[in-house]
Amino acid sequence: MEALADSKERCEQIVFDRPDALTSRGYTYCPGCGHGTIHRLVAELIDEFGLKDRTVGMASVGCSVFSYWFFDCDFISCAHGRAMANATGVKRAHPDAFVFTYQGDGDLASIGMAETIHAANRGELITVIFVNNAIYGMTGGQMAPTTLENMVTTTSPLGRDPLLVGHPIRVVEMLSLLEGVAFAARASVSSAKNTLKAKALMKKAFRAQLEKKGFGIIEILSNCNTNWNKSPIEANEWIDAEMVKVFPLGVYKDVFAGEKGKKDE
Amino acid sequence: MSDNGGDRELMKGNHAMCLGAIRAGARAYYGYPITPQNEATEYMSFHMPKAGGTFIQAESEVAAINMVFGAAAAGVRAMTSSSSPGISLKQEGISYIATAELPCVVANIVRCGPGLGNIAPHQGDYFQGTRGGGHGDYRTITLAPASVQEMAQLTYSAFDLADEYRNPALILSDGVIGQMMEPVDLATIPAKDPPVKDWAVGPGQDKRPRNVHTTIYLDPEEMAEFHLKLIAKYDRIRREVNYFEEYMTDDAEILIVAYGTSSRVARTAIKRMRTANGPKVGLFRPISVWPFPARKLLEMCTNYKCILVLEMNWGQMVEDVRLVVGDKVPIHFAGKHGGLLFTPAEIVALANNLSADPLNPGSLWSIVR
Ligand SMILES: Cc1ncc(C[n+]2csc(CCOP(=O)(O)OP(=O)(O)O)c2C)c(N)n1
Repeated sequence: MEALADSKERCEQIVFDRPDALTSRGYTYCPGCGHGTIHRLVAELIDEFGLKDRTVGMASVGCSVFSYWFFDCDFISCAHGRAMANATGVKRAHPDAFVFTYQGDGDLASIGMAETIHAANRGELITVIFVNNAIYGMTGGQMAPTTLENMVTTTSPLGRDPLLVGHPIRVVEMLSLLEGVAFAARASVSSAKNTLKAKALMKKAFRAQLEKKGFGIIEILSNCNTNWNKSPIEANEWIDAEMVKVFPLGVYKDVFAGEKGKKDE
Repeated sequence: MSDNGGDRELMKGNHAMCLGAIRAGARAYYGYPITPQNEATEYMSFHMPKAGGTFIQAESEVAAINMVFGAAAAGVRAMTSSSSPGISLKQEGISYIATAELPCVVANIVRCGPGLGNIAPHQGDYFQGTRGGGHGDYRTITLAPASVQEMAQLTYSAFDLADEYRNPALILSDGVIGQMMEPVDLATIPAKDPPVKDWAVGPGQDKRPRNVHTTIYLDPEEMAEFHLKLIAKYDRIRREVNYFEEYMTDDAEILIVAYGTSSRVARTAIKRMRTANGPKVGLFRPISVWPFPARKLLEMCTNYKCILVLEMNWGQMVEDVRLVVGDKVPIHFAGKHGGLLFTPAEIVALANNLSADPLNPGSLWSIVR
């Protein structure tokens, strides 16, 4: 009896728990990788907005291919690059569903670039979670469209040479030029502080859809410590020191700008 | 072009196909222009929203088929159409949709390939339409209309077949049938409500288990189990879907096997030979080209001195005929190329030769120039 009362007391003191929108399945991501943190942010917002019963997620191809294992809502696992086309089909069929895609840089900015630009340009009422780790994680560390200049990957063994293979693509800057885009921002999960900021921005990417303003995208700089050959701490430090120089954090388009009494953090 | 409520209406094949789809309850169409199927995309841009559905001119065929994937997963009767080069692009999505076991209808108004080829009618996509076409070991239910009426009716049926087996269904037509005008009996395609799908993604998840559609099975054991399930389904389709048509086969000495446009010309040639007291020729027309109506052809093939397969390609369906008939009866093939049609006179000449010598080795694999 006493033990029960004791545990109840402890229960009442829980201040941090798994969001409802996540299943109890353990992540398959490498230890220290940002995908887990980003999943949690998405799930917390699904809970906070009370969307769990009407959310449909689009898993892309890449490390997050099994994200439907972790999110506790309807899901489609899409072909490489096509998540926004699938999302379009779902959203047009169910305008009252909350539809999000979860995509890596290879998925969204390479093979899926046409789908990305056109879904954004149509102002598709979907929320895009774009995880930029500057590399192809799942296939073992090949060059991505977002790979930094001189960065060594398995397919740029001497470092990315922009004269040969082009410069890193700045996706949210590019998309912010399109009329259909209501919200476009870049955040990072390299530190607790950045993670909190990321959540605040992600919330606006959710609102862009929920308030029918247009296409909402949040690009999140995240580490791939395994393929970067760094420890998780070094990897996060590298994001803050190097990645942000090429991919500056900030808001590039915001239909909510100027809202009274509301700040991003 | 519009549905005026009358019983019969003169329509283009591509329009009839779209009318059949909308009457079957299709409420999502995503397409991309390519000749000779543009009338379909154009028709849907106007009529789909009017029917309460959604139309998008997608940025590419790849995007269009993946929009169909999303809409199909969301439980809506969804369709796309294209022509040969566009269908090659759609094969990615078709492979995924087949693996996710979702229903949809994809129409191929075939033009002459390979490559860009030309926009004339052809039957060169038979392998692509009946073997899966995309990567992996899957099949699609593939129906080959030979008239405008069938464009409407078979598209209408294709939605039911797709739903019943949770599998993509293909319409394998061509530029002649897509472009020609013929009357359509509208009573054969009454408007209906599509079934409700409890496996669809969307709102309402508090009242049911969550629905997930995936195509990835990393564990080979799990993949094998899934393959066996698919194979069982394909076997069931093979048993249950066998559409064909016979014309003057009862007393025939030569059997022509042809589908789609070639079968129409064959029919004209046969009629001509019959009225002119020429060789007795009959026609076997597969309508479901996958599954191929094998049982029927096997039953009847020994009734003839020989079989003549006519295709507007280099010889594709003839391989299916040979699989069924084996060496029971000599099989001859004649192909037509470049987007050209057979003429009835050419078919009469072929039949005359075979009537004189059913074993004529010259036509065992010949090309009509
Ligand atoms: C059509 C196709 N091409 C290539 C692949 C192989 N592939 C799987 S994941 C991947 C890269 C994914 O990289 P990214 O989107 O950056 O995600 P990450 O793994 O880094 O999270 C590639 C090329 C595929 N599955 N399908």
